[in-house]
Amino acid sequence: MLRALSTFLYRRPALTLLLLLGPALAWFAVVYLGSLVALLIQSVYTFDDFTMAVTRDLTWANYRALLDAANADIVLRTLGMASAVTLASAVIGFPVAFYMARYATGWQKGFFYVAVMLPMWASYIVKAYSWTVILAKGGVAYWFVERLGLLPALERVLALPWIGGQSLSTSNLGRFLVFTYVWLPFMILPTQAAIERVPQTLLQASADLGARPVQTFRTVLLPLAFPGVVAGSIFTFSLTLGDYIIPQLVGPPGLFVGAMVYTLQGSVGNVPLAAAFTVVPVLIIAAYLIAARRLGAFDAL
Amino acid sequence: MSAAVEFEDVSRHYGAVRAVDGVSFAIEDGEFFSMLGPSGSGKTTCLRLVAGFELPSSGRILLQGRDASRLPPYQRDVNTVFQDYALFPHMSVRENVEYGLRMKGVETARRAREVEAALEMVALSGFGARRPGQLSGGQRQRVALARALVNRPRVLLLDEPLGALDLKLREQMQVELKSLHRRLGITFVYVTHDQGEALSMSDRVAVFDRGRIEQVDTPRNLYTRPRTAFVAGFVGTANVVGGTLARRLTGSERPFSVRPEHIRFAEPGGDLVGVEGTLLDVQYHGAVSRSEVEVEGGALLTVSLPNADGEAPGPRAGQAVRLAWSRQAMVPVVEG
Repeated sequence: MLRALSTFLYRRPALTLLLLLGPALAWFAVVYLGSLVALLIQSVYTFDDFTMAVTRDLTWANYRALLDAANADIVLRTLGMASAVTLASAVIGFPVAFYMARYATGWQKGFFYVAVMLPMWASYIVKAYSWTVILAKGGVAYWFVERLGLLPALERVLALPWIGGQSLSTSNLGRFLVFTYVWLPFMILPTQAAIERVPQTLLQASADLGARPVQTFRTVLLPLAFPGVVAGSIFTFSLTLGDYIIPQLVGPPGLFVGAMVYTLQGSVGNVPLAAAFTVVPVLIIAAYLIAARRLGAFDAL
Repeated sequence: MSAAVEFEDVSRHYGAVRAVDGVSFAIEDGEFFSMLGPSGSGKTTCLRLVAGFELPSSGRILLQGRDASRLPPYQRDVNTVFQDYALFPHMSVRENVEYGLRMKGVETARRAREVEAALEMVALSGFGARRPGQLSGGQRQRVALARALVNRPRVLLLDEPLGALDLKLREQMQVELKSLHRRLGITFVYVTHDQGEALSMSDRVAVFDRGRIEQVDTPRNLYTRPRTAFVAGFVGTANVVGGTLARRLTGSERPFSVRPEHIRFAEPGGDLVGVEGTLLDVQYHGAVSRSEVEVEGGALLTVSLPNADGEAPGPRAGQAVRLAWSRQAMVPVVEG
């Protein structure tokens, strides 16, 4: 019986393929693309301010509302933070990923994997809250900086516009630190996998042809590992774009896109404007992927 | 005139493993020098020591008479053709070949000229814009050669460069490499486990076994005057005979080697010595036939005879036969 079924499927490879891919494709089409389409449709519905009701009259008003100073501010604030977090994660993550991929062996490799993954085992909410304590005045961070005798330097940094604030826990610097801490593993892991896939002989060939280590890094390793960094940056970038917890707990007042969506669809009930807000990160990521492709980030895949 | 490459008592250890164990030799300028041995014999490690990918645990390595033991690869005047070619997949053929000149800061116009010349030398003009992934194995091999040679190194290192090619292509590349060597006049250091390749191409061959060099000699001497039983067995086929049979034939228990093609089915007498035995098997190889004969004391001897046209078939398996060879065919060897 089973044998007959196997033979039947072996003779019809197209049917086998359909059976294997079908569920995944169906999931993708219904749950993923379906909800995306629903989102796009919702974003052009009309919200009546007086009756607080959503009607199915199509309008661009929601998108126009995004351009209001207050809303554009939210988008730019989120975008700036996501970019800064992504850049910092790439710069901090690459050396770690490089060491993991090229030098760590045996127990070291295990240690690094656990060290990178361990923070992900704890609840995200718990981590976010503990950072508010760590960064607060009188917290561990302040104590440490004071011990190093760097308190005046920290105060000068906090006095700067944009990144500064009353204390670390209410400054953009603090928010940036927490974001980078939370999303760094998502940068390290794909980067590490990409570096590991670059054959050792290519680096040797580069040195053999007279390239100093810095030149080898720039002309061989970085271009070949770049798809991994791009993959990681998509994680760090979109996770920061969509986050709505950390901005409420750490940093100065002022909403992020995620928190705005949460407020709009929750307490206000303005689902169309929330949907329009949600489309922004989708478009930004799409533009980012196209730009990365243009730059040749995926050529070596 | 100092040697192109010189090893002075060089060792390379990985923990307790001695990949290279107290090796000394010198490669003359302009020589085609092969390093031959089974896998894990230390030949590739020696090549990597010359290139600078490995640093010696002890001993000195001299390039053109200067101590290069601790120099990184990018400060050595040698270039390598890798076994897997190691072409940069994200660069075109032209960019690959250009790479070394670019790193040295050669100006663009000259770079373009030299890259064209190098591609022409390996018969790949017009392939510059392609990616390595769009080339066949043989073409990639040529790109790897051009990429190394465009830098005009004093020494070219080749790490089993033909290993991945099929037989026809390999033979063709052997001829081309040989002619390149003649034209360029630089030193070639060639690592291979294929003894036929080493014999046919090299001026001299170093035979490696277990991290040590067994013998460094010309191909002809390696074949006709192997110093050890290992060399006799690895370079060509050899019958190494020891014990009581050796004592009866040579008067000494020291083992000797005799090549299969020097043994005949004949009666001893005059200059010929001989043994009796039983023919176990005959294998047909086209130009020759190989016979396995069990002789007194249980040793197995291989006999290789040319297949002449219209000749009566030789003895059949199971028959008692007499083998004979001349005294000059016996070469005393050191037990390996």
